[in-house]
Amino acid sequence: MKTLLMPKGFDTNLGGRKRSGLVWFWIFQAATAAGVIALTVLILNIIDGAFGYVALEARVQPETLAANGAGIENQTKDQLVALLRSRLSQGAFGKLEKERSFSGRSRADVYDLILERIVRYEVAESWDLWTSVTKPGEIKAETLVNHPEAVLRFRYWLNPRFVAGPQTSVAMTAGVRTAILGTLWTILFTIILAFPVGVGAAIYLEEYAGSSWFNRLIQTNINNLAGVPSIVYGMLGLAIFVRALEPLSSGAAFGLVEPTTANGRTVLAAGLTLGLLVLPIIIINAQEAIRAVPRSLRNASYGLGATKWQTTWHHVLPGAIPGILTGTILAISRAIGETAPLVVVGASTAISFDPTSPFSKFTTLPIQIYQWTARPQAEFRSLAAAAILVLLIMLLSLNAAAILLRNRYSRRG
Amino acid sequence: MASVNKTENGAAHPRPESNLRGRRRISEGIIQGLLFLSGAFSILITVGIVYELGKEALLFFQMPEIDLLSTILSTRWQPHTSDFGIWGLVAATFMTSLIAMLVAGPLGLAVAIYLSEYASDRARGILKPILEVLAGIPTIVYGYFALSFMTPLLRLIFGRDVVQIYNTGSAGLVMGILILPLIASMTEDALSAVPRALREAGYGMGATKLEVALQVVVPAALSGIAAAMILGISRAIGETMIVAVAAGQGPNFTFNPFKGAETITGHIVRISGGDLSYDSIDYNSIFFLGLLLFVMTLALNVISQRIVRRFREVYE
Repeated sequence: MKTLLMPKGFDTNLGGRKRSGLVWFWIFQAATAAGVIALTVLILNIIDGAFGYVALEARVQPETLAANGAGIENQTKDQLVALLRSRLSQGAFGKLEKERSFSGRSRADVYDLILERIVRYEVAESWDLWTSVTKPGEIKAETLVNHPEAVLRFRYWLNPRFVAGPQTSVAMTAGVRTAILGTLWTILFTIILAFPVGVGAAIYLEEYAGSSWFNRLIQTNINNLAGVPSIVYGMLGLAIFVRALEPLSSGAAFGLVEPTTANGRTVLAAGLTLGLLVLPIIIINAQEAIRAVPRSLRNASYGLGATKWQTTWHHVLPGAIPGILTGTILAISRAIGETAPLVVVGASTAISFDPTSPFSKFTTLPIQIYQWTARPQAEFRSLAAAAILVLLIMLLSLNAAAILLRNRYSRRG
Repeated sequence: MASVNKTENGAAHPRPESNLRGRRRISEGIIQGLLFLSGAFSILITVGIVYELGKEALLFFQMPEIDLLSTILSTRWQPHTSDFGIWGLVAATFMTSLIAMLVAGPLGLAVAIYLSEYASDRARGILKPILEVLAGIPTIVYGYFALSFMTPLLRLIFGRDVVQIYNTGSAGLVMGILILPLIASMTEDALSAVPRALREAGYGMGATKLEVALQVVVPAALSGIAAAMILGISRAIGETMIVAVAAGQGPNFTFNPFKGAETITGHIVRISGGDLSYDSIDYNSIFFLGLLLFVMTLALNVISQRIVRRFREVYE
């Protein structure tokens, strides 16, 4: 039948066409699989770095610290405090006492201080999770040869102390509390700037603006701003918030300069910079949410004699707020992950004290990851991996919150 | 807020109409003014960017050490010997972006075709969130990935003598993974917008699924695909942390993907990482580079938007 319908000499080549169709189908599928594999490898690679064996060398062997035959693990808190007092200089001990009195510290806390200040474990070598699981024997043999003094431990780089501990320069004791607090402080100012201005701009563009050339310029401009590289925002922040507005951003204008920060490289400047960065994203998302509110709602409100603002505030915004919040959360999670603009604005490389005011020096989680990644030693790479896990967990929970919010309200509507 | 309370009070205790009208208009006017200011604020940002970058870049060219001609022609960028040839930095930016697009372009297109033409609803429901997750991962994490996975992998494949620890190839490949979701999702939107009738017509002519996809749907969505690619390039040029971590430190005019070379963005990050003193030659030079970056990405973004607007096929 088929051949009868075809002109003479016409080759449908069905077999070949079907075969090439199948081959390309495989190619398309493989490309998609490649994306999924990339994500999997990325996450496995990070987990691989965040756990594994470490060979630790002690500056002072713990055995030498035994008193009356009891090793430090078995000593009472008072004994440990006495040990600290005898081993540390007067000044160093006084400083610890000043941070928090020894009567207020727990035994575990004092024990950690002993390890940190006297025993001082240092990482001689570290291994990733894959090697640690597959070749523990070889690691043990290698350690015996290369670091005979060392003790081999399996280390969870991501642990409660890491999350709650302050940033230090030693890999074994470093934590991300300082960086997490820095991120939270920074984001606070980002929200304070970007949320009201962003939502206000979206309301203006959707509800008030006519189609004058200026309003069209605003709209085009917002679309373009969303595509400006983040590092350019960093330079804008450096020029405006750090340099031109230094009296404000350093707190000098309010008489609140912190002794540690003489310039404008503060939490406030960083937060405002990120605020500018996410503003276009918040505006675009909020516009979409407002646009989705049905026209009939507005007309009904006008029909009852409500003014424009009454209509917007009482009828449009309540309908749009889930969408606006979802968009804002997504924008905030973008801001939390930003690194480059903060490096340019002048994030501090190593600070060990927590930010306490808008005028504190700052570091954030991504900055901390950058610092650790850039160091050549493997143990800092592991710290970076652990910090990345903290960051990803933060972002995932934010995104989950956004999705929950969206689902909850979309079911109602 | 004040106006809201007022109006609510007004509703609770009705007053003569004339009074009500007059008072409301003032607060409405104030609110409208505030909303307008919020909208106009975005213009201020653009003005701020252009003004600040332009001002410092001008100062840069007014410095006695700077010779405009050699800046534009030379390939050496060594601030300490007053060599400011931008081509070393531009070449590295070009290399990383090119490699990224070689990965993300074809892969993104293939993923988009698969999602839009082949995938079942269930597969799409699983795959699209995965792409969204990929797009949501901070770039510094990709930087870590480039340095701790891609570079060792390249060194394993091509040999440790060939591949330097920092190299543009590793940064470019990982940047490709970063841009993949952007291109895939924009392209998929373009493909999905092609009306069903066009596909049915193709099938009616006896075309196979592949022929419909490649010869009917893709050409119909070409403007959207082109816009996605251009936006991808713009994103690659402006991408910072991956190259800052993995591409190398120090300008280096080379087109060898296994050698380290600093990109424009990488250079800005490294220079501003320390405590940069104002009005130094370093300070002004990064603003010049920032301006260059801003102009390049803005031009690409505008072209991308123009393509979408002008060449969009309108199906009725």
